Amino acid sequence: MDNNRRSFLKIAGITALAGIGAPVAAHLSSSPAFANSENNAAAQTGHEAAGESEKHSGVRLGMVIDMRKFYGQPDMLDKVIASCNKAHNIPHIVDGNGKTDRKSEIKWIWKAPYADVFADQWVEQSVAHPSKTIAENDFLVLCNHCNQPACVRVCPTKATFVLKENGIVAMDYHRCIGCRFCMMACPYGARSFNWKDPRPYISEYNPNFPTRMRGVVEKCTFCEERLALGQQPACVEAVQDSNAIVFGDLNNPESQIRQVLARENTIQRSPAYGTQPSVFYIV
Amino acid sequence: MYNKGLIIPGLVVFVFIATFPLWYNGLSAGTAPKPEPPPGGEKTCVAPKEVMRSQHMVMLNQWRDEALRDGLRTAVPADGKEYRKGLQLACMSCHTNKDKFCDACHNYVAVQPYCWSCHLAPADIAAKKEKP
Repeated sequence: MDNNRRSFLKIAGITALAGIGAPVAAHLSSSPAFANSENNAAAQTGHEAAGESEKHSGVRLGMVIDMRKFYGQPDMLDKVIASCNKAHNIPHIVDGNGKTDRKSEIKWIWKAPYADVFADQWVEQSVAHPSKTIAENDFLVLCNHCNQPACVRVCPTKATFVLKENGIVAMDYHRCIGCRFCMMACPYGARSFNWKDPRPYISEYNPNFPTRMRGVVEKCTFCEERLALGQQPACVEAVQDSNAIVFGDLNNPESQIRQVLARENTIQRSPAYGTQPSVFYIV
Repeated sequence: MYNKGLIIPGLVVFVFIATFPLWYNGLSAGTAPKPEPPPGGEKTCVAPKEVMRSQHMVMLNQWRDEALRDGLRTAVPADGKEYRKGLQLACMSCHTNKDKFCDACHNYVAVQPYCWSCHLAPADIAAKKEKP
């Protein structure tokens, strides 16, 4: 009996060692460090080529906001915001006193001071020293339609997702369960939650666009529905004469937006977060 | 069988109560609703009448997924006209009276589709326009 148990344990031990050892050996022999150097080099260039083409293939829509054209003209900002609100049936939610209810506010495109928009560059008045123009004017802010959108990563129902055709971070309100993970994830505060039925707070409907219901999150969609008709986004159209907002394909070197980006010095909101925003600012 | 005297009358009472709604209405489901044809006089829909009757909900879901998720917003042709995919854009452009068209059947069969919690019926749009 003793002898049997002894031989059984030996066999079991050897089998276990072989089981653990085989995958490790296979892994080591296939890793680049052990592989033939010629193959290794070929694999690496192949990888790079794939990365290159991936980087520039397809359409990635983006926007350049030329803030210089908005300075000293708050009416122009309001015009842009109003055009968006009208096009998308965005409610203006007011509290009992008729003031904008900041808690339930719905924003697709809105204005905010420099400190809020470029918070990481502001740091502190004593350190940052922004110019007087920048400090005194409001900035246009909207969803950045990031290349690496944090909101999409956290959405449990894929209600927010990236449209493969154009890189728009889109919303499917039919799927939104109102968990607000995306609002926590978005570093730009670009998402709003419908705390109440928005309909009583909409003064006039755009008949070609739905409203939202209580309990869903909404945000700018780069006017996907207007692009399908060959139109420009509502905000771009609102200030078309001054060309203050340029919209186009960031991946196409010939596009107008790329020309502007090549000519002007632009900044993005909080690029250090690694979200790769598609909205650029000339300040 | 034990307790025959209790079980059989009990079953009879249960069957009576369970089928009471049918008895109460005299075994008739009431007059079937007749949804109103388009007031504008359009004759051809994006699909034959029978298909629309049984499959409109499937089609709307397909349109929704195509337009929103796949970026396929191409218009749907019908009788020389083109309709953009969407409840508000296509359906309600001809069937302008939601009460007499959609609700006529939905109320009859007691289904409450959640379309209208976001999508606007023509009457909703008109009501807002009248206000100053």
